Amino acid sequence: MKYLTEFRNGEIAQRMAREIHQVVTRPWKIMEICGGQTHSIIRNGIDQMLPPGIEMIHGPGCPVCVTPLALIDKALAIAAQPGVIFCSFGDMLRVPGTDADLFQIKGRGGDVRIVYSPLDAVELAVKNPDKQVVFFGVGFETTAPANAMSVHLAKRRGLKNFSLLVSHVLVPPAIEAIMSSPENRVQAFLAAGHVCSVMGYWEYPPLADKFEIPIIVTGFEPLDLLDGIRRAVIQLEKGEHHVENAYERIVTYAGNLEAQRLLADVFEPTDRAWRGIGVIPKSGWRLNDKYRDFDAEERFQISGIHTEESPLCKAGDVLRGAIKPAECPAFGNECTPRHPLGATMVSSEGACAAYFNYGRFLSAEELASAGATHA
Amino acid sequence: MCLAIPGRVEQITTDGDVRMGRVNFGGVVKSVCLDYVPEVVVGDYTIVHVGFALSKIDEQSALETLDLFRKMGALDEELATEEEAFARASNARQSACPDGSCELTGKSLRSDGSAKGESGK
Repeated sequence: MKYLTEFRNGEIAQRMAREIHQVVTRPWKIMEICGGQTHSIIRNGIDQMLPPGIEMIHGPGCPVCVTPLALIDKALAIAAQPGVIFCSFGDMLRVPGTDADLFQIKGRGGDVRIVYSPLDAVELAVKNPDKQVVFFGVGFETTAPANAMSVHLAKRRGLKNFSLLVSHVLVPPAIEAIMSSPENRVQAFLAAGHVCSVMGYWEYPPLADKFEIPIIVTGFEPLDLLDGIRRAVIQLEKGEHHVENAYERIVTYAGNLEAQRLLADVFEPTDRAWRGIGVIPKSGWRLNDKYRDFDAEERFQISGIHTEESPLCKAGDVLRGAIKPAECPAFGNECTPRHPLGATMVSSEGACAAYFNYGRFLSAEELASAGATHA
Repeated sequence: MCLAIPGRVEQITTDGDVRMGRVNFGGVVKSVCLDYVPEVVVGDYTIVHVGFALSKIDEQSALETLDLFRKMGALDEELATEEEAFARASNARQSACPDGSCELTGKSLRSDGSAKGESGK
């Protein structure tokens, strides 16, 4: 456990890990929803501190990873148009579309900009009245308040040259879909702390009741993650299933009401296709009628796009928690962060990128066993 | 993209009808929207995601988290300028484990340092 000593409170971490070892009597499978948590777990070796029977299953909480390929292709088509300034966060640049990525579109002359905040894109629209400024609004509930504010301000300022290409996804419907799947192995969830800083955790008790699963609101630091896992394991061992907040310094039950108010004003629930998973009912937000004029999909009628997933990429299996990244035959071979086949190898939240960047490859024995299980 | 970084509010201004602030993230100062945290005043710490403050946080937690996120490389990524983001995209990692953390997690890599590693057993 020496790798944790570089962090503060290494002793507390080891104490928590010991408590988990003491409490556990049988195997449990726990899913961390959020890709940021996946990276922290792998980076800090949290999973390797746990008893052998405790498996962390990595969830679909990587926004760029679950954005459908068809929408990525549409984004690339819009970004390639003359007269368009296409704005995005940095983690979308290398996400592969069918034929290119945003970085390549920029190389071919597309005006692709990376912004820190969606408000920077609104500012670009003000300064470039002769251009159409499009912001790629991808993300979970954490990012939605920022995107909602951008379109709210654009409307209030009467901007006719700003639009949002929206692909917002939501955590609770994803939990519902994972638990309802016949192949589900998950027995407890770590809920994403920063999603809950916006939404609170009032949406989770009905899920904990319905599926009889512990749900622990958890932060991103090694101690936060160990505490979340510890609490989940204690509930599992006792046969309990309720919602706990292990991230009280940030998260309240109600969440950020100011943000929720604007979200309700701007967005409405919609069925959303998740890359690698399929359509999950009411699992996303789109702009409502009041803001429909700002929807880039309405403004740019793009047709005739050829969309085709890489036949080698197993990102869907990874996102569903069916396989670990290193079990994909293309992992580290045809697929690396420089030449990614799927979005999970790109993002700072993608599980494949986490395994690659922190040197998590399979041993010969693991390869043999993975081949037997998943061939 | 779901990481929110703690920072200290150094100045509060109003841009039209939006409450904005200058927020210092351990030396990097950014313009941040404070509309969702009306209770926050100058000197407070708040967690910020893509330029929006989402929740107040106490100073000690904020400083510890900032220190940790810096060590994990999360600050560089979340607070990158446009040039840095493009540079990062053009220099995407090819070799596994460039930060050496795999040694800390007990795995070794092949001597050529290229993509495929193997167990350190």
